[in-house]
Amino acid sequence: MTITAVKPLVKIEGLHKYYGHHHVLRGIDMTVNQGEVSVVIGPSGSGKSTMLRCVNLLETISAGRISVGGQLIGYREVNGKLHDLKTKEIAAQRREIGMVFQRFNLFPHKTALQNVMEAPVHVKGQSKSVAQKRALELLDRVGLGDRAGHYPSQLSGGQQQRVAIARALAMEPELMLFDEPTSALDPELVGDVLNVMKDLAKSGMTMIVVTHEIGFAREVGDTLTFMDGGVVVESGDPREIIANPQHARTKEFLSRVL
Amino acid sequence: MEHQHRDAPILNNPVPVRHPGRWVSAIIILLLVAGFLQSLFTNPNFRWDVVGTYILDVKVVQGVGWTLLLTVASMVLAIVLAILLAVMRQSDNPVFRWTSWVWVWFFRGTPVYTQLVFWGLVTVLYPAITLGIPFGPELFSYALSDPSKGLIPAILGLGLNESAYLAEIFRAGLKSVDKGQQEAAEALGMSKGKIMWRIILPQAMRIIVPPTGNETIGMLKTTSLVLAVPFTLDLTFATNALANRIYLPIPLLIVAAFWYLLVTSVLMVGQHYLEAYYGKGVDNAAPAAVNPAAAKAAGAGADAHRSMKTDFPEESAR
Repeated sequence: MTITAVKPLVKIEGLHKYYGHHHVLRGIDMTVNQGEVSVVIGPSGSGKSTMLRCVNLLETISAGRISVGGQLIGYREVNGKLHDLKTKEIAAQRREIGMVFQRFNLFPHKTALQNVMEAPVHVKGQSKSVAQKRALELLDRVGLGDRAGHYPSQLSGGQQQRVAIARALAMEPELMLFDEPTSALDPELVGDVLNVMKDLAKSGMTMIVVTHEIGFAREVGDTLTFMDGGVVVESGDPREIIANPQHARTKEFLSRVL
Repeated sequence: MEHQHRDAPILNNPVPVRHPGRWVSAIIILLLVAGFLQSLFTNPNFRWDVVGTYILDVKVVQGVGWTLLLTVASMVLAIVLAILLAVMRQSDNPVFRWTSWVWVWFFRGTPVYTQLVFWGLVTVLYPAITLGIPFGPELFSYALSDPSKGLIPAILGLGLNESAYLAEIFRAGLKSVDKGQQEAAEALGMSKGKIMWRIILPQAMRIIVPPTGNETIGMLKTTSLVLAVPFTLDLTFATNALANRIYLPIPLLIVAAFWYLLVTSVLMVGQHYLEAYYGKGVDNAAPAAVNPAAAKAAGAGADAHRSMKTDFPEESAR
């Protein structure tokens, strides 16, 4: 994988998040370049999922700014003053950002194929035939071409998660967010999902991956960010950090998960 | 195979537990039923000949028709209002939430009989509808009258009352859908209206249909209260009128009960199919379709499903 021109796609600056008085994110700065795989690790409660969910506004931003592709997320800036975007405008921003959830969140009343076709047809307005052809290609790509007619309840967790990846890809996003995509899976099913994600990384997709899979971070990650207590403790080349963590908290965390 | 053959287990074949209580209770119930059946055939006061004469009487059959019309029309009105009320109740707009709450409070809190009498008297209370500025000039006036002889007040009375109950059923249904569904749809960039109409509501229907079927069957019988309006063509009124004319209430009660039971049975069949439809993928995952041709068919099925529905008004979600 060679990236010729390094171009930042995601910029997170001074991100804070409060739930009432609970200060969950305490000033996060992070940049993800085009085509990069940015892996975020950290103990549970460190705020890594919250940070990810702020990027597509599933959580409101208390302070700070996030931009994707140069576009400010959730706000319009007029004369230095931030104005909330309308629901419709937020929906338009989300179309450029795919999201994969820990618990898959497939639509249970729709087949795998219908899950993947849903957004292209009903958000982008693609014709059924075009969307179906593309959806079958995507299901094939995640190794589930023969499961198109299955309902989520008929699929294993790993298969459901791969359908969820195909569903997100169907919108042709410029950025993919993964929120602990393998945490809810039986151990023997993790590999299939990680392989799909590796292929996706190879194809040049920009990805932010919140995970506990240190092996994935080492193998596929371009950068690794370690978060704890709502701040970024350490960030850099995954192989270096994993082999030689600089901070005591990083060391302690890695020693527990490795 | 070989392995299985060698180790073929000796099945346990246990002696099953005996249930003498079942036999005793069955005999008692059968005796009671037999006694009742005997009385049906031998007690002359049932007047089965009169039942036979009136079961297909024009007035009775028309009464069934009017009762069905009242049930269907008031339920349709109630369902449309209930979806709106349930969505308003979840809205970010406090005025909508409050309006929905007050509506349910009022229509659930007053007897349906009172409401029916009220709707029958609306034209007395408000002889005309006037559009204008309150305490200011009149711009437009329309004289209210009821050419439907009580039908429209009856449907309004039944429908508005029922909407309050259904609103709570729909609200429970909407709340039962996992929050992750909303998030997944939002993450795909779907609009609020589409999320409600295509993702949340179809899943909520699984929870909504059984109690709504219950309410529909209840409504079928609540229509007998429309004499309060007064509306005088429904099944109960028609059979009562006939009974009063010939001084034989019992056979005509049997006629009415027969028709109510028949319609209820048909409604139950309908409910069964509705439940099967909205349970797809959850309660009744159909046998897997594994080849692309079958997948195509699945897609076509989704087509038909969609074309049945009109687009959900997006503003109402706000």
